[in-house]
Amino acid sequence: MSNVPTELKYAASHEWIRDEGNGIYTVGISEHAQELLGDMVFVDLPEVGDNVSAGDDVAVAESVKAASDIYAPIAGEIVAVNEELEDSPELVNSDPYGDGWLFKIKADDETEVEGLLDAEGYAASIEED
Amino acid sequence: MAQRTPLYQHHLDAGAKMVDFHGWDMPLNYGSQIEEHHAVRQHVGMFDVSHMTIVDVTGPEAKAYLRRLLANDVAKLQMPGKALYTAMLNETGGVIDDLIVYFFNEESYRLVVNSATRDKDLAWMEAQSGEFDVAITERTEFAMIAVQGPQAPATVAQLLTAEQQEAVAAMKPFVGLQMDDLFIATTGYTGEAGYEIIIPADVVGTVWNRLVELGVKPCGLGARDTLRLEAGMNLYGQDMDESVSPLSSNMAWSVAFEPADRDFIGRSALEAEKAAGTDKLVGLVMQEKGVLRAGLKVSVEGGEGVITSGTFSPTLGYSIALARVPQPVGETAEVEMRKKMVTVKVVKPSFVRNGKAVVTL
Repeated sequence: MSNVPTELKYAASHEWIRDEGNGIYTVGISEHAQELLGDMVFVDLPEVGDNVSAGDDVAVAESVKAASDIYAPIAGEIVAVNEELEDSPELVNSDPYGDGWLFKIKADDETEVEGLLDAEGYAASIEED
Repeated sequence: MAQRTPLYQHHLDAGAKMVDFHGWDMPLNYGSQIEEHHAVRQHVGMFDVSHMTIVDVTGPEAKAYLRRLLANDVAKLQMPGKALYTAMLNETGGVIDDLIVYFFNEESYRLVVNSATRDKDLAWMEAQSGEFDVAITERTEFAMIAVQGPQAPATVAQLLTAEQQEAVAAMKPFVGLQMDDLFIATTGYTGEAGYEIIIPADVVGTVWNRLVELGVKPCGLGARDTLRLEAGMNLYGQDMDESVSPLSSNMAWSVAFEPADRDFIGRSALEAEKAAGTDKLVGLVMQEKGVLRAGLKVSVEGGEGVITSGTFSPTLGYSIALARVPQPVGETAEVEMRKKMVTVKVVKPSFVRNGKAVVTL
């Protein structure tokens, strides 16, 4: 059973989101998602300054197995991207909730976060897969 | 239920992610397929290939039968143990399977064929044996381990007596020798030094454990695929099948048209195809971000073709592929990637050998 930290919120499309305060949220993909994809070989990240809507495909995680779109869980402005992934995409595999984060987003409307799944809801959703 | 090799429990104990591979429960990886890949290129790794089918062909007309059955010519094999790679064709020149055949004497040969094609291979071999005095015997009592990588010779030597070590050290590529329980062959599917070892099923677990103790890294189907693709080796069912000929599968070198009077199955179809001109299986490399994948369309001077196998090459750090395209080909090709067209370089289908890049950019 994959690790699903309880302090995070999740999208059904396997992104997690962490509240960093001041309306800033860090986004990554779940341990379950990286297990499904296998060894990561490239990660295409959005540009800092991009304005995105919830559900937009903003990044691509390309593994040995497949290329997978990453969707913005909430609307906002991209304020940082994880440049370490350029040279070390395997961080997404080894530390999906830590050093393998993808980007940070400044929420347009923080109430959108409440509509995401909690750990229990996400764990249930991957159980059904 | 899926079939299991005698090493099934060993895979589970080692934490393997198991997948269905044409009816067999096989390890995809034991954690990271890229680490497994590097282990084979830099040190030594091993694969459970017990699912592969071993078929012995024996009898007074074994040689004549195989000269009819196979596109390569077993008459080339003179030294006991010597092997060759060949296609087995249908009448229209399509590839039923690719295989390795070992020569013991003119009445005794061993074939190692793909597991995914086992049923149709055996049925075809049986059907073609009609007028020949031969026996076709599947050897299900054996398992098989491929030990591959620059340290494979030194490692496998530790399983052997001094006398056996000497005999194995003297083996040239593509030779198999029986030594007590082990049939050791200097063959493989990675482009590295190493052996494929046929072992009685009841002792294979002991050999596997001993190899683990000696530092050999278990590797799964994921690494097996990236290694063989870097080496430019075809995978049956992906890079060729019954709908294409060896001439359009980078296997023309394995078709023996000489002597001209050897009437192997598929010969007339191949001769007609050769005269008319064939598609070509080429290598592609892409240094931009992204991964070439099987099924993507490829455009060259001669028209449109398709990627048959594509992957990220862990050794090279960029994507490589095999593609079947119409001739003429030219030096570059256009590939329709996600949302854009990308120009990639066309190369000979061989990318990495003995740990080093052989592709020039």
